[in-house]
Amino acid sequence: MSFDAIVDNLPLYLSGAWTTLRLLAMSLALGLLAAIPLGVMRASSRRRWWVPVGCFTFVVRGTPLLVQLFLLYYGLAQFEAVRASVLWPLLSSAWFCAVAAFGINTCAYTTEIIAGAIRATPAGEVEAARSVGMSWGLMVRRILLPSALRRALPAYGNEVVLMLHATSLASIVTLLDLTGAARDVNSRFFLPFPAFITAALFYLGITFVLVALFRRAEARWSRHLHARS
Amino acid sequence: MLHGYLPSLLEGLCLTLGVALASLAVAVLLGLAGAAAKLSRSAFWRRSATVYTTLIRGVPDLVLMLLIFYGGQLAVNEIALHLGIDDTIDIDPFVAGVATLGFIFGAYLTETFRGAILAIPHGQAEAGLAFGMRPLQVFRRIVLPQMLRLALPGFANNWLVLVKSTALVSVIGLTDMMQKAGQAAGATREPFTFYLAAAVGYLLITSVSVVVLRALEKRWSAGVKAVSL
Repeated sequence: MSFDAIVDNLPLYLSGAWTTLRLLAMSLALGLLAAIPLGVMRASSRRRWWVPVGCFTFVVRGTPLLVQLFLLYYGLAQFEAVRASVLWPLLSSAWFCAVAAFGINTCAYTTEIIAGAIRATPAGEVEAARSVGMSWGLMVRRILLPSALRRALPAYGNEVVLMLHATSLASIVTLLDLTGAARDVNSRFFLPFPAFITAALFYLGITFVLVALFRRAEARWSRHLHARS
Repeated sequence: MLHGYLPSLLEGLCLTLGVALASLAVAVLLGLAGAAAKLSRSAFWRRSATVYTTLIRGVPDLVLMLLIFYGGQLAVNEIALHLGIDDTIDIDPFVAGVATLGFIFGAYLTETFRGAILAIPHGQAEAGLAFGMRPLQVFRRIVLPQMLRLALPGFANNWLVLVKSTALVSVIGLTDMMQKAGQAAGATREPFTFYLAAAVGYLLITSVSVVVLRALEKRWSAGVKAVSL
């Protein structure tokens, strides 16, 4: 088995890894930012708050990411109004559609993770905040979220790794991410084993780094939750 | 409705279900074998199972699928050449898809089953052995019936993820629901309509699954007192 083609194409893999990381960072940032308010709404006991958010997470979590990506990338072109709009150059780009689809997808999962962490908040924490006269907004900002986000950390770490793997779908809509680089090498040299195993090793490496980062984050922020050994 | 493409989409839905169920069967067998290996006394089996679950969970499904599809094709033809068969053998995308998905979800189910087996008090298996049951009998009569209930929540999660992952088999050329929706979209120039229809199809499978699995959970937990907080 010849690895010469892989060595020659290492720059392609590296730029692919960079694309993968940028896709991941952008969609995670987008998803997390939207998921924090949505998570609070999802955990609320008021119907008009949790029902719409619940519908959103149900639909997104119940359908494959590939369908969501195709709906944005191929589907939007069906509407004349979209094609005529000033935003069309943006909306028709694979990069934008991939980030939007991944961002919406991770947002739905993260919303449920955060909502679950909020529901697990000890009632005493909220009662204490109320008893010292905190307003609702202040209580959410200073007590509820700092406590819940810490509890959400392990599950969110999993979500980040799953999202890293999900970004491989970008190669289906022509983007040259890590998987795209591997597919390109495979189609030019027909070396499936070296081509895809190299990409797999890159993904494994990134996964291990992410897992290590989350372990450190947990050691730092969730120290009070771990029993002293 | 749907310009007469509904039967074609339903055909795709059947194939999607077929791929999902066949992969599930492979995954359950691999998961049981993996759990047995992880809990075995031999360090070799334990280590092999750890390598299996770590590698699979660190690499995207799509990369593994492309690796097995293209790589498997190459390997099969190499072997055929050595055996003196000159015809090129094409790997059936159904087989490649089921093999890959089964292999991937076998790793996830390994963890689910391992956790469930560990949750059964050890004394029960010991009691079975003390009565003179053979290890397989202990597994079939004592461990398995209790394990089913304990593994159900994790199993349900994995099944839902698996159903959504089957959308990827369209990438290696299987005419599943995604592929059928794509064909209809190309012919009618209404991609949004048809990918939306596919999304509804997946949502249907996942919602029915959730209802069935929840009923099963209730039934199997009939004799168990729930903790109330």
